[in-house]
Amino acid sequence: MTQSVMTSSAESLPLPKGLQGIAADWSSDQRAFKNVPWGKAMMWIFLLSDTFIFSCFLISYMTVRMSTTEPWPNPSEVFALTLWGKKVPLILIAIMTFVLISSSGTMAMAVKFGYEKNKKITFILLLVTAALGATFVGMQAFEWTKLIFEEGVRPWGNPMGAAQFGSAFFMITGFHGTHVSIGVIFLIIVAVKVLRGDLDHERPGFLTGRKGSYEIVEIMGLYWHFVDLVWVFIFAFFYLW
Amino acid sequence: MAHAQGQQHPIGIYLKIWGLLFILSTASYLVDYFHFQGYLRWFLIVLFMLLKAGLIVSVFMHMLWERLALMYAILVPTLLLIVLLGIGALEGHYTFFTRGTFFGPGSEAPAQHR
Repeated sequence: MTQSVMTSSAESLPLPKGLQGIAADWSSDQRAFKNVPWGKAMMWIFLLSDTFIFSCFLISYMTVRMSTTEPWPNPSEVFALTLWGKKVPLILIAIMTFVLISSSGTMAMAVKFGYEKNKKITFILLLVTAALGATFVGMQAFEWTKLIFEEGVRPWGNPMGAAQFGSAFFMITGFHGTHVSIGVIFLIIVAVKVLRGDLDHERPGFLTGRKGSYEIVEIMGLYWHFVDLVWVFIFAFFYLW
Repeated sequence: MAHAQGQQHPIGIYLKIWGLLFILSTASYLVDYFHFQGYLRWFLIVLFMLLKAGLIVSVFMHMLWERLALMYAILVPTLLLIVLLGIGALEGHYTFFTRGTFFGPGSEAPAQHR
């Protein structure tokens, strides 16, 4: 009896497509997200909640920027670097963007090679992703140091203009940097699991006890791409606007 | 269960998207480098941003190949943010207006509030 309840019709019958598919999936009295491991569905739902957190930050940044009566510091000049005696606007941020995009590219390929059970290449790609992420955090630390000690930016004020600039900047980039740092730690954990063969042997995770499988590489990838996605919005709204 | 194979796609599509993201990032950096201002600047920034976000979500995060039920469950709720955006804009304008009225030149507010 239990057996027949557990059996999913997803394997035997073809699933309807389009809007009918939505209605069928959600009204099936079974799990709503077919063909997706539940860990992946849960990661998506977590990312949705994270989207709302970052949106709250960016929208409150918009509100304070609209409401201030003092001029907003020009990010193009604030984040300029002097290279070879020439002032290049926003160059560090541009490099950080390329670093993070590259890490997304290597992550996407790691997922692909993971499903092909190519342990060595998956491991290398995951480590490259983690290294690029660490580079990003390092550059951000450099940026913060420069802003705090050279430009005198504080969460409560700065010499260039509106006081809200500092609070918005530290809050938004700080929260994003935290996400990247956590991502780097988990990338290393997943990379070690891949190299040890935990995912081939379905070795239970030490914290959750779940069987290892290459799905966790894709779930890790979802998180990492999301971090990149958030940076796209921060880059556009905070640095370029 | 029904998740034997997972998402498998040829490597070329990832490399192509990677290249496109580089081009779009360069383009949005050039918007700043060439000092475009006003509506042209905002339009270009938002355009490049949305294109990049779309590419990342649909290909890198495989949303393109998911079932519509998951796609809608994740993407439709984000539309609520438009409401929050509108509320934030109203609030920002109103605060700016009251600051101009009470703390601006000609008002009798103490100077340290400005």
